[in-house]
Amino acid sequence: MSERCAVIGVGQTVAKAKREDVSIAGLVREAALAALDDAGLTFADIDAVVIGKAPDMFEGVMMPELYLAPALGAVGKPMFRVHTAGSVGGSTAIVAAHLVASGVHERVLTVAFEKQSDSDAMWALSVPQPFSAPLLAGAGGYFAPIIRAYMHRSGAPGDVGMMVAVKDRLHALKNPYAHLHLPDISLKMVEESIMLWDPLHYLESCPSSDGAAAMVIGSERAVGAATAETGRPPAWIHGMAMRSEPTMFAGRDQVNPQASRDCAADLYRQAGITNPRKDFDMAEVYVPFSWYEPMWLESLGFCDEGDGWKLTQSGATSMIENGDIPWNCSGGVLSSNPIGASGMLRFLESALQVRGLAGEHQVADARRALGQAYGGGSQFFAMWVVGAERP
Amino acid sequence: MSEREPVTMMAAPIHLDYVFTAGVAQSKNLHGLEEGKFIGQRCPKCKKVYTLSRGSCPTDGVPTDEIVELPNTGTVTTYCVVNVPFAGQSIEIPYICAQILLDGANLSFMGLIQEMPTDEVRMGMRVEAVWVEPDELGPTMASVKYFRPNGEPDADYETYKEYL
Amino acid sequence: MSRFPELTSGSRPVGVVSFAQYDNVRREGAHNEVEMLMPVVAEVFGSIGITKDDVGFICSGSTDYLVGGPFSFVTALDAVGVWPPRAESHVEMDGAWALYEAWVLLQEGEIDAALVYCFGRSSPGDLSEILALQLDPYYLAPLWPDPTSLAALQAQALIDSGKATEADFAAVASRSRRAALSNPKAQVAYDRTTEELLAEDYEVTPLRRHALPPLTDGAAAVVLAAGEKAYEWCERPAFITGIDHRIETHSIGARDLTVSPSTTLAGEKAGVGHKGVDVAELHAPYAHQELILAEALALDEGVSRNPSGGALAANPMMSAGLIRIGESAKAIWSGQAGRAVAHATSGPCLQQNLVCVLEGV
Repeated sequence: MSERCAVIGVGQTVAKAKREDVSIAGLVREAALAALDDAGLTFADIDAVVIGKAPDMFEGVMMPELYLAPALGAVGKPMFRVHTAGSVGGSTAIVAAHLVASGVHERVLTVAFEKQSDSDAMWALSVPQPFSAPLLAGAGGYFAPIIRAYMHRSGAPGDVGMMVAVKDRLHALKNPYAHLHLPDISLKMVEESIMLWDPLHYLESCPSSDGAAAMVIGSERAVGAATAETGRPPAWIHGMAMRSEPTMFAGRDQVNPQASRDCAADLYRQAGITNPRKDFDMAEVYVPFSWYEPMWLESLGFCDEGDGWKLTQSGATSMIENGDIPWNCSGGVLSSNPIGASGMLRFLESALQVRGLAGEHQVADARRALGQAYGGGSQFFAMWVVGAERP
Repeated sequence: MSEREPVTMMAAPIHLDYVFTAGVAQSKNLHGLEEGKFIGQRCPKCKKVYTLSRGSCPTDGVPTDEIVELPNTGTVTTYCVVNVPFAGQSIEIPYICAQILLDGANLSFMGLIQEMPTDEVRMGMRVEAVWVEPDELGPTMASVKYFRPNGEPDADYETYKEYL
Repeated sequence: MSRFPELTSGSRPVGVVSFAQYDNVRREGAHNEVEMLMPVVAEVFGSIGITKDDVGFICSGSTDYLVGGPFSFVTALDAVGVWPPRAESHVEMDGAWALYEAWVLLQEGEIDAALVYCFGRSSPGDLSEILALQLDPYYLAPLWPDPTSLAALQAQALIDSGKATEADFAAVASRSRRAALSNPKAQVAYDRTTEELLAEDYEVTPLRRHALPPLTDGAAAVVLAAGEKAYEWCERPAFITGIDHRIETHSIGARDLTVSPSTTLAGEKAGVGHKGVDVAELHAPYAHQELILAEALALDEGVSRNPSGGALAANPMMSAGLIRIGESAKAIWSGQAGRAVAHATSGPCLQQNLVCVLEGV
């Protein structure tokens, strides 16, 4: 049977376009040490290390966990490497949590990172592959037509994406770790930014960041010890789920993928969520392009299909406007995007919130939160629910 | 020790050559392109017709071995206008990048739309492929120069909404 | 007597109930990765009469640098056809670690069966260059050391320590390739004596050609089933009684290359020494590494080592480890072994090692 487990420590690096002050090892170690410190532990207390990142070509190091083992205190321990595209940060946390939930380990350190400035991610994503259709559009060009399809389907007005872009950047001003701090952000500023992939403006897209995230996940016993040592509460894991569907197939709903809906349904069943908008106090959701907020609001059941944009428009997802279901209080992927770590940051931020340790971007009395990550062409999903209460 | 600045970057160029294997199914598609034709492949289980198949039906996991010749015409299901320069780009921006569903196929693919103003593209627009000169045809997607409007009335949303 | 063996790792008995592998070849020029995997997945399900609907989790192992493009696992998934959507995950590791992830999930009891698959081609690129990218990017990779040269350092250290000779390496190769003659999936098999092999020229001293693994394109898959489900699909399941994996430090200079402490530790955690071992399938790409591994696991003379021929018979990257588990399971199914040890390795000079103990009842 599944054992209770919780996040007992979190750590993240400041996200920046270029972290020239650290090596790859230095970057991951910075996040790992912060997480250990938060948990009141050292590397010696850790049973296993689970690391995740997006394609190896982003840094030019094949299976970098081999080289990173000593930097993460993994020598003599099990070390595990996950790669599930953009959802990897989330799936990595889930794999780590299962190592504890299964009773195999007591304390697992999980880390995710990307050091995009060490190579060229845009290049890595567009390595010419013979036989396949030539890449005509770059990264955002893949998602822009899907966003257009959503706008067509839902009848959403054209400025909803811009509202998300502003809202998440305002949230980021409250998060010292965020890459983008744009104090003058406004609808006008987004609208006047260059239209990269019509209908997506430059400021509706995520930045390219260096950064790492880390968490320590512990068993019930480890939770007791950590809380006694640090006085900081855990974030109990109430449920976790992963789902994948094929990248392309006849009749695939790319706007609201079945894998997303199934993943949420499985997750909510585990965590006893019946009304996401009411049952969650906040959510950290992978929104790399502004329009994905209304799209995921619908897919994750925070509203009926076709109504996501109305929720965004009403300010319900904004902590600035005291919305009832704030999304991405950290500033989200739109404000920091160390690709491999971006998913883990969603999971980590949801944990911070229910522990009451999110600082300036803390949602008052957050008891239960959703962390979500997706990847590829929206065919890979990883989600969890964390709560202040022991399940 | 000297008081020199820290080293913040070192160049370590990597050059790797690969020989790709197209596989059985893609070879058929590529031979079709060489002849100026689109080849589709039908799944024996779900009967869907796949374009640019890599050999398996993505939902059934079985070989798509029935060959279906597809026409030169199709429908724009959705699109975006690309206005961002990036490495390896060969077309002048802005340009239209569209999902094109060939008639008789059950999967769209990304294609370039030319010979029209970028602000007149729309979902449901009917298009046709423009091929390179016969002596330039080869086993590659580059055999298709681009797509252009073919003048037919726009397709009804109901006919392609499943492919969004 | 219990229908399930006593477990050293975990609390729920999980058995290997099906195994399939692609023909190991030097260059699979006709089929792409999806086309290689499709028949393997079809066989691993078909041979026990189940379908993808019967498994609750799918986990795969592969690496992008072998394929030469990012997200190579993404299209490979089309060989399974994950529709309706499935719980699925991927490791940038050998399939043996994908099996580990699936085993962990099966411990929790929510699901009863899982599919594990992996694939790796050495033919698209130059493996000796590609594997250099696994090394420390600041100090080692820019020097482009190839894996055979690194293994040769290890072999020389072994000779210098007085633990083994070049003739011992040749004896391992001779035995492995002879055993491979009865493995229809083997890529390199021959009947040649140690003396004949010692007459070969050096590739990189002290390693001669026979001590090197072949370059292989391949793929493999396993079905795991827990509890009674294992018996439903398999007459004599190969139950995983112990499984563990450990990593060592990266820097070659900081390790004693003549020993494999990570294998020893993983073997202890997996309970290798608790009872006698009939068969050991050791993932030793270079002949001398089998000697290091056998010592690390304290295998005695009576253990049949690599009856499949091991990685010297076929070495598909990211798959040769899972294949060791599959071959061990086959030995249990057939009754040839009651207890088998399977091993998988990753990284330069056996940096990371997984040990899996399998038992039949």
